[in-house]
Amino acid sequence: MPPMEFLFASGIGFITASGVYLLLRARSFPVVLGLTLLGYAVNLFIFITGRLWLDAAPIVGSSPTMADPLPQALVLTAIVIGFATTGFVIELALRGRQEMGSDHVDGPLDRGQEARGEDAGAS
Amino acid sequence: MNLDDHLPILPVLLPALTAVLLLFIGDAPARLAWARGVALASVLLGAVFAFRLVEQAGGGSLSVYRLGGWPAPYGIVLVVDRLSALMLALSSAVALPALWQACAEWDTRGRHFHVLFQFQLMGLNGAFVTGDLFNLFVFFEVLLIASYVLMVHGLGRERLRAGLHYVALNLLASAIFLIGIALVYASTGTLNLADLALRVPRVPASDSALLQAGALLLLVVFGFKAALAPLGMWLPATYVAASAPVAALFAIMTKVGVYALLRVHGVVFGADAEASSLLVQPLLLPLALATCVVGATGALAAATLPRLVAWLTMASVGSILVAMGLFSAAAWSAGLYYLLHSTLVVAALFLLVDVVAAQRGSAGDALVSGPRVAQPALLGGLLVLAAASAAGLPPLPGFIGKLMLLQAVSPHGWAVSVWTVTLGVGLLTLLVLARAGSIVFWAARSDGPVGGTAASWRALAPTSLLLGTGVALSVFAAPVQRYTAAAAAQLQDRAAYARAVLPELGGEAADSARPLREHPKASLPAPAHERAQPSRP
Repeated sequence: MPPMEFLFASGIGFITASGVYLLLRARSFPVVLGLTLLGYAVNLFIFITGRLWLDAAPIVGSSPTMADPLPQALVLTAIVIGFATTGFVIELALRGRQEMGSDHVDGPLDRGQEARGEDAGAS
Repeated sequence: MNLDDHLPILPVLLPALTAVLLLFIGDAPARLAWARGVALASVLLGAVFAFRLVEQAGGGSLSVYRLGGWPAPYGIVLVVDRLSALMLALSSAVALPALWQACAEWDTRGRHFHVLFQFQLMGLNGAFVTGDLFNLFVFFEVLLIASYVLMVHGLGRERLRAGLHYVALNLLASAIFLIGIALVYASTGTLNLADLALRVPRVPASDSALLQAGALLLLVVFGFKAALAPLGMWLPATYVAASAPVAALFAIMTKVGVYALLRVHGVVFGADAEASSLLVQPLLLPLALATCVVGATGALAAATLPRLVAWLTMASVGSILVAMGLFSAAAWSAGLYYLLHSTLVVAALFLLVDVVAAQRGSAGDALVSGPRVAQPALLGGLLVLAAASAAGLPPLPGFIGKLMLLQAVSPHGWAVSVWTVTLGVGLLTLLVLARAGSIVFWAARSDGPVGGTAASWRALAPTSLLLGTGVALSVFAAPVQRYTAAAAAQLQDRAAYARAVLPELGGEAADSARPLREHPKASLPAPAHERAQPSRP
């Protein structure tokens, strides 16, 4: 059986790769999913900066060994912030879909000028 | 209880409490006057706090504020030194005119403008006072979340489209930020900046690969925020799409990136970091020079006034980063002086072009010959003042900043490139703004009617206030320069910083133990597999 570290590391790597792939898609929904997946990978990554432990609580004196409590606190903060930003970006993507009539990240494709990033005179 | 003891946290608390109060006031038209009054009063009070902090820090003392009374590095600390105080003062100096201009009309185009403005200020101020890397991330998120909503304030297709890009890119940057922080924590066991500055030199060269990877990821993030080429291409599109007062406030957002870069890469990974010394030096200077060139070139090609100013923002950030990339106290001092000036000028230009565009009727902000403006002499005069300062003509502060930079670079190996780029970009800036000015004011159709009504003194006051502050920087150049020189020297004094932040652990001799310390291998944590081994069945 491969060691836990290998499974953990390759798992994070796979989630990150999936996230990056989705992030590079041209529709807003996959992009949001990609950002979410990337957020999950990052949370796991922060979690293991305290190293992987078995039978060790992050409390002094509760067990012979002790896990590092700080990454667990950091990851909670990161999860909360990630949750809020995901909520916001979904709302923004929906609003953009409604306003632009397309879920393409650069707006409707027939408006080629806009897609190339030139001024559409709307500013 | 002395108010001065709690001064370091007030720039964070004040906008937070004001924002909550503003939420209760709401933004119904009947109560708008109240909301505006409260918001402006709060920003004014914040400016008073900031200048009190500058005065306090100017004497050379480091104010350390321990939240909950926990000693660093275990508890959260806020640290205000000369640099932090200076940045707080700058953010107040930009926020006040931006808010004033927004109160004219912009704040009625969407909901909760004032609340978000206060949250943005809270994030900015928090990022400037925090003493540890993770809270820097948290305050970055606070200011970003507020900026996402402020950016799309007023809505419309173009704003939403640019807003979606801006949000997606920033979320990606936040993910990279977290990975960088995690790598730094994994290699050193601390995130407190004072503690990090002591621990990074102790990481032996053989173990420093992960740490350096983390630091370089942080460079990507801070470079992205600061609009360092090639990461800064989001900036023009975003700033152009945002409303004018928001763009003016955003002028300080790129400086948060510069500030973080200076704190982390300038100090923690700066000189004397042993194996990780001057980690980003080979990258930062060439990229900063490239940023200058890209920014100036973009400004040449810009077809609208706000886009031109946005590209100039990028060019000015390039100049600041060139100074930071030289890694000497004199260059940092020059960079800080230039940072003050360029933030004010860029913010003033964003506000000014909004006023100009309003008087050009159908031509708006496009750089084409259009109707006459109602007040050519007044607006033209303001533009000349801003342009001369941005391009670096004497006796305006842009000149002094560039002169300081050119003097500081002389012994450096890159001196020729820095001179060429700085002077070349100055020339291009002048050219670009002169061209814009001639199109708007001289190539106007002189026979037709004027494009809009004359702006009242009220509409021009915020711009004048910003430009006036810029001129004051030039008038009081000597004290400001002394202050920035002292700030740069203080930054490089890691021992004094450690003494102030970690007194319980013995200041610069601090050897903080993390919980894992008693393990067999280890001044630094052993690889996970070795430590996990015994407990495996």
